[in-house]
Amino acid sequence: MSELRLMKGNEVIAEAAIRCGCDAYFGYPITPQSEVMETLMELRPWETTGMVALQAESEVASINMVYGAASTGKRAMTSSSSPGISLMAEGLSYLAGAELPCLVVNVSRGGPGLGTIQPSQADYFMATKGGGHGDFHLIVLAPSSVQEMHDFVFLAFDLAFKYRNPAMILADGVIGQMMEKVKLLDPRPRRTREEVLRDTGSWAATGKSNRPRNIITSVELDPAKHEKFNQKLQVKYAEMREKEVRYEELLCDDAEYLIAAYGISARIGQKAVELLRAEGVKVGLFRPITLYPFPTVQVAARAKQLKGILCVELSAGQMIEDVRLSVGSSLPVAHFGRNGGVIHSPNEVVEAMRQVFEF
Amino acid sequence: MKEEIIIAGFGGQGVLSMGKILAYSGIMQNQEVTWMPSYGPEMRGGTANVTVILSDDRISSPIVHEFDTAIILNQQSLDKFEPMVKRGGLLLYDPNGITAPPTRTDITVYRTAATAEAAKMGNAKVFNMVVLGSFLKVKPVVKLENVVKGLQKSLPERAHKLIPANEQAILRGMEIAERLTPSC
Repeated sequence: MSELRLMKGNEVIAEAAIRCGCDAYFGYPITPQSEVMETLMELRPWETTGMVALQAESEVASINMVYGAASTGKRAMTSSSSPGISLMAEGLSYLAGAELPCLVVNVSRGGPGLGTIQPSQADYFMATKGGGHGDFHLIVLAPSSVQEMHDFVFLAFDLAFKYRNPAMILADGVIGQMMEKVKLLDPRPRRTREEVLRDTGSWAATGKSNRPRNIITSVELDPAKHEKFNQKLQVKYAEMREKEVRYEELLCDDAEYLIAAYGISARIGQKAVELLRAEGVKVGLFRPITLYPFPTVQVAARAKQLKGILCVELSAGQMIEDVRLSVGSSLPVAHFGRNGGVIHSPNEVVEAMRQVFEF
Repeated sequence: MKEEIIIAGFGGQGVLSMGKILAYSGIMQNQEVTWMPSYGPEMRGGTANVTVILSDDRISSPIVHEFDTAIILNQQSLDKFEPMVKRGGLLLYDPNGITAPPTRTDITVYRTAATAEAAKMGNAKVFNMVVLGSFLKVKPVVKLENVVKGLQKSLPERAHKLIPANEQAILRGMEIAERLTPSC
C-alpha cells in the first residue's frame, strides 16, 4: 500500500532515502536543503533500517565519507546546496574516477559565491559538464515536483549502481521548500550482506575472500592504461546517452513554438503554455528530465515542426547550450530567465515569448 | 475548480500552518495541492507568506503573481498583495493593525475581526483557524469535514485533543465574516 502525504521536497528526499534502502547519509547543513538532514534526524533510521545518518564536519568530509561507504558496495548519499556542491567537486571527480555509485542531491540557490539562499538553476553547467576535473559525467536527474523528488531517489540509486557512476538530483529552492501531495512507495529493505556481495562483489571492497583483490582508486600513472580507462568511461557515457534519456512533452503535437525548461522553470513554463494556448498560440512544453544524458535526439526531432524555441531557466542561460547543440542553427533558439534568486512569473515568460517571436 | 490563494502576515501568526491545513484538507477531498512558502531572511521576525493552490487538475506553476484570493493579516502584506488579486477575486483581511484599508472596487473585500474574536474566545492560538473559517464561508473550496481530517493529518497525535477547539474557531470564523463591497 502506498501512502499519500503532504510533504516538502526536502523532507521527501529523506523519507525516500530510508524507503529505498539507503545505507548511509552524510551531510552538512545549508539553506535551502537543511530539512533533508533534519528530517533524517527526526526519523532516526538507524533505529529501524540501520541506515547511518551523520552530520559531518564539512561538505568535503561528507563527500569523502560517501566515497568510503560507496567503496564497500553500500548505497550512500549526501545532499547540499550550490556552494556546498562546489566544495564537493574534487570528491565527485574521484567518485567518477573510481567508478563508485552514489547519490548527491543539489537543492540549488543563487550564486556565484555565497550568493543568496533563494532558488536558482545556475548550477546546470556544474552538474552536467563535470563539476570537477577530468573527462567525466554525473547522471543528472531534474525533478519538477515533490513526487519526482521521491521517485528520483529510487531511480538515481538504480542508475548509479547500474552504471557504477555517481548520480545527482539537481533540484532548486522551490522544489525543496514547497509541499505537494506525494505518494510514498513501500519501503524496500536495505540489502543484506549476501546481496551486497552478489551485486557488488566483483568490484567493491567487501572483505577479501577467495577472490582477486578489489582495489578502489582513481589513480593510474601509466598514460596508456589511463587512456584505456578513459575510453571505458566514454563507452559507459555513450550507453547512458542511448538508453537512459528521459523527458516529457506537453501539448507538442501541433506546436509551432516550444518552451524548453526543466525543474521549477518547467512548471512555470507549463503555466505560460496554458496562458498562451488560451490566446490561440500553438505552443508546447519540452521538459528534459535527465539533464545528463540530455534528450538531444528528442528535442531535435521535435524542432523540425517548430518556428522557434524559448529556453526558460533561472540562470543567464546554461541549458540553452545543449538545446542549441541539439537543434543546430535550423531555427531560432532564445533564452529567458531571471537569476540571482529571483523567480520569473508565468506572465513574464508569456511576455518574453511575445517579444522574441513577435506574435 | 482551481483556487490560487496567498496567505500573508507576520511570522508567528500561523500563516504557514493555516496554509498547510488548507492544503491537507484539499488532499482529503482528492484535490491536487501545492504549498509554497516564502523562506529565508524575511521569515525571521518579519513577514511570512505562503501560496496555496487547490485544483481538480494537475497544477502547473506553484509560483503565481495573481491570486483568486488574498488572505491578509498585516498592513505590509495588504500593501504588497492588494494589487495582485485578480479582478473579481477575493481579499479577506483582519482589521487588527490595519491603518490603510483596501481601496480596490473591482474585487470582493471581506473583513474578519479574527484577532479580537480569538481573544474573546480566550485562545489567541486559534486565530488562524478563525480566519480560515471566514475564508471557507466566502469560498467553500473544501468541506469542513475534510478540514477536520486535514487537521488530524497535519497535527501530531499529541495535539489531536486541540482539534475540537480549532473546529469551533472555524465555525466562529464562518459567522463573523463581514462583506465590505457590493458583489461585482
